[in-house]
Amino acid sequence: MGAVLQDLINKPYEHGFVTDIESDVAPKGLSEDTIRLISSKKNEPEWLLDFRLKAYQKWLTLEEPEWSNVKYPKIDFQAISYYSSPKPKKKLASMDEVDPELLRTFEKLGVPMSERAALAGVAVDVIFDSVSVATTYKEKLAEVGIIFGSFTEAVHSHPELIKKYLGSVVPVGDNYYAALNSAVFTDGSFCYIPKGVKCPMDLSTYFRINTEESGQFERTLIIAEEGSSVSYLEGCTAPRFDTNQLHAAVVELVALDNADIKYSTVQNWYAGDENGVGGIYNFVTKRGLAKGKNSRISWTQVETGSAITWKYPSCVLQGDNSVGEFYSVAVTNNYQEADTGTKMIHIGKNTRSTIVSKGISAGHSNNSYRGLVRITPTAANARNFSQCDSMLIGDLCSASTFPYIQTRNNSAKVEHEASTSKIGEDQLFYFAQRGIGSEEAVSMIINGFCKDVFQQLPMEFAVEATNLLGLKLEGSVG
Amino acid sequence: MIYQDSKILLEVRGLCATVNNSEILKGIDLTIKSGEIHAIMGTNGSGKSTLAKVLAGHTDYEITGGTVDFEGKNLFDLEPEERARAGIFLGFQYPIEIPGVANNQFLRLAFNTAQVQQNKDELDPLEFDDLVREKMKLLEMNPDFLDRSVNENFSGGEKKRNEILQMSLLDPKIAILDETDSGLDIDALRIVSNGVNQLANKDNATILVTHYQRMLNYIVPDYVHVMESGRIVKTGGKQLALDLEKHGYDWVTIEKTAAVGA
Repeated sequence: MGAVLQDLINKPYEHGFVTDIESDVAPKGLSEDTIRLISSKKNEPEWLLDFRLKAYQKWLTLEEPEWSNVKYPKIDFQAISYYSSPKPKKKLASMDEVDPELLRTFEKLGVPMSERAALAGVAVDVIFDSVSVATTYKEKLAEVGIIFGSFTEAVHSHPELIKKYLGSVVPVGDNYYAALNSAVFTDGSFCYIPKGVKCPMDLSTYFRINTEESGQFERTLIIAEEGSSVSYLEGCTAPRFDTNQLHAAVVELVALDNADIKYSTVQNWYAGDENGVGGIYNFVTKRGLAKGKNSRISWTQVETGSAITWKYPSCVLQGDNSVGEFYSVAVTNNYQEADTGTKMIHIGKNTRSTIVSKGISAGHSNNSYRGLVRITPTAANARNFSQCDSMLIGDLCSASTFPYIQTRNNSAKVEHEASTSKIGEDQLFYFAQRGIGSEEAVSMIINGFCKDVFQQLPMEFAVEATNLLGLKLEGSVG
Repeated sequence: MIYQDSKILLEVRGLCATVNNSEILKGIDLTIKSGEIHAIMGTNGSGKSTLAKVLAGHTDYEITGGTVDFEGKNLFDLEPEERARAGIFLGFQYPIEIPGVANNQFLRLAFNTAQVQQNKDELDPLEFDDLVREKMKLLEMNPDFLDRSVNENFSGGEKKRNEILQMSLLDPKIAILDETDSGLDIDALRIVSNGVNQLANKDNATILVTHYQRMLNYIVPDYVHVMESGRIVKTGGKQLALDLEKHGYDWVTIEKTAAVGA
């Protein structure tokens, strides 16, 4: 591998710093007592505690999944602290009251929240560790009846909605990590778009893990009522640590008749150093239920961080004529491992799904696409198109594709295309001979490769994603 | 053309290079002055393509001896992209495909990089579009070529035209064209040769690396060098290429052997 590539691969994580904020951290370990502690800290109603305890009981009966194509040391769930929040001095009414240290952190990340919100017209529900610290634009959204805020808040302000939909897409016992999340989740985002409302702006949440060794268990729930639509952005970045951090989020989306939910993620958590030490373990369950007729759920993700990624944003296409989409770019470098993809479950008639997955592996990394397309007997005339492309940078990485197709209806039409390509020295030499340096060359090739996915991102996000990929892969070609 | 007041652009002295520890270039001497057109001929494996790639800075080759001065500076101090920006252009024998990168995007980046190097203004996409379409007309290229990925699914002729298009955009001081004539039919050969001729002037130089004489019917060289086993074994005027065509490469070897014997 060329020296330039090596340098690029070994570029230190830009956002690797720890913010010095006093944190309220629960004792390590997981038990019913921990769950009761979390629930009481958050002043939760009894039904929610019951939900958590039920999930915990279920979790105890489940085995940690081992089928994915990733390797990592066994996680000691008793060595993790399940609750951590920056200690608020008092209840915050405006941005001015936010801890300046916290604001500086966002500055360093290049996310000047106030400016960003004002300039881009984005409502940012900031999650710092596990507790929402500041919410902007809420009032403007409230004018059209949109509820957007922290999950914890919604538990108190709109318990009927939470009660109705929590666990309706991802049941408490769905899988090992979803059960864990259901038992110990601390906070997340809640979003409700009323009937017929087109959300006037992209809703955005920036996640950031701050306290060392505190697992993060976000819970996000988005409900789009009949005829409504919303575009939701999730962006992540984490400071540098030497011990692995567990992250197990659950995201549930519900789209009713003619509703449209677009969920976009740019994920840039600490992936470990060039030797694979440290980094976030990311075990996420994301699922959207296209419940109503003509509803649409669209996932777009740009996954660049984490030491381990285990994530399959999925669509359950229950309503007739409903549409599911999955657009993904997953980048792995150094010793990162990613096993990611999607599930498209076709239940309703004339349901359609599209899968476009672009995997980029560099360094010693391992990048797998795993996808399931299931056409159930009721899904007459279901259609699926899948395209899975892999790109290799250097000779030490690997890429795998595991497509599963289960069709139980003769009228279904399922297409799958796959390709593997490689950025080679000769391509870089060609660029160099035209005066173009290797960093720019790699960035150009990668952006070309990811074009189909980036086109799906909201404008500002697409720019960020492009920069991020450039940063992640600078000099990694040899 | 040979000019009286020309200056030396490239001075190669005793150049030796290896690939995978096998010696390919065994002491090349070559002087290129502005305004000149040189043809480097030779059989397959004689080292002529290696010479082209070594001058451009391909990393597969290790320089084991000799010097190369480009406009009085040590060429080996420059990275491949710096050599390109300084005005060394290599027209590739087998231009590589770059899927996903559109030609217009690639060409504009290369062009603007050269502009910046020469302290000139970069062109925006619209301005560049006008320029590139003008250049494409000279090479009789189809405009839809701009939207296609670089060299992807191009015919041999399209790839070579693309090389000459890039050369015309970058306006290099020395253009080294490696087997540009191979894979071209008669019409394409004429078009590409015209392109090269139009770009040649008294301030730049062209090196044609070729196996056959046929391109030299269109682009008339001032010097013809014959390479064999990593050395230049004979240098002459344009007549030498015609003699080679008539007698074959063995003729040079036999003549040389005879000379040594005598």
